[in-house]
Amino acid sequence: MKGIVGRKVGMTQMFTEDGDRVPVTVVDVASAVVVQKKTTEGKDGYNAIKIGYGLAHKLQKEGMEDKWRLSKPESGVFLAAGIEVPRRHVREVRVDAAELDNYEVGQDLTAETFAPGEYIDATGTSKGSGFTGVMKRHNFRGTKASHGVHEFFRHGGSIGMSAYPARVLPGKKMPGQHGNAKVTVQNLLVYKVLPEENLILVRGSIPGPNGGIVLLRDAAKKSRRLY
Amino acid sequence: MNNDILSKITQSQLREDHPHFRAGDTVRVHFTVREGEKERIQIFEGVVLGRSGAGIRETFTVRKISNGTGVERIFPVHSPKIAQLELSKIGRVRRAKLYYLRDLSGKAARIRSKRNRKGI
Repeated sequence: MKGIVGRKVGMTQMFTEDGDRVPVTVVDVASAVVVQKKTTEGKDGYNAIKIGYGLAHKLQKEGMEDKWRLSKPESGVFLAAGIEVPRRHVREVRVDAAELDNYEVGQDLTAETFAPGEYIDATGTSKGSGFTGVMKRHNFRGTKASHGVHEFFRHGGSIGMSAYPARVLPGKKMPGQHGNAKVTVQNLLVYKVLPEENLILVRGSIPGPNGGIVLLRDAAKKSRRLY
Repeated sequence: MNNDILSKITQSQLREDHPHFRAGDTVRVHFTVREGEKERIQIFEGVVLGRSGAGIRETFTVRKISNGTGVERIFPVHSPKIAQLELSKIGRVRRAKLYYLRDLSGKAARIRSKRNRKGI
């Protein structure tokens, strides 16, 4: 399992050699760095690498200009790793024991972590819609607009039975927070890699707004998709 | 800033070999069609209803009357499948989108033409 952390720049399209249009999401991975290695033998008890992304800023406040705009524990991790500029975002990727030797603490990860043609899973935080009703959140149909219906157009209808079971079943789809959750899209194709600009072009869309932090990992399931 | 990156990476795929054309012009689009292994060129000639989008995503709509039926096709401006784009008539129109042509037919759907266009 390989992985890298980046920022979603936005979507655009490219033409293939045959002239077909391909939708791509551009991910910027310019400042990804290995912060820490976790091993089975160590105190963590499993193999993983911790990846940092996004250069941190210094505080603007007078007399504190040499301090990072991060908490002490957050910046301390980078200090221990000997990385000069801490990163604002940290993600972790599970790695096989054999692959662990390929990584060095403090090593910069580049766009070439992935090659074109590989399949990946992309994890991001989806756009939040706030508290929404069942039509937007669960694609319910609502109620008829006519035939005597009044004041009940976007409701979900009945939520259960009567004296038995006398309760609402667990998992009942109801209104609530929609979006702003961790979402993973599986089996996306790495369309193109631009090492000079540190950009990865992924076919299809990735959860979250432009500028959102995304984690790209090897596809966990073997892809059945062909393109 | 984001747009800068996106336009930079799509820059190399933009086509600059088309003549300048806009809504109201009559164009001949030589479009590559793939049939199994073979490739051939199909010509679609008609009035440009408008251009939409920007950069690599830009498209244009061409309308023609085929066997008495209106047919519209949307082409990506920068598609490599467009072998050639000929400008056969320059139209004199006062809007950017000529959707009103859909409701007109025969003589009413004609567009006045211009000899040439200023400032190009």
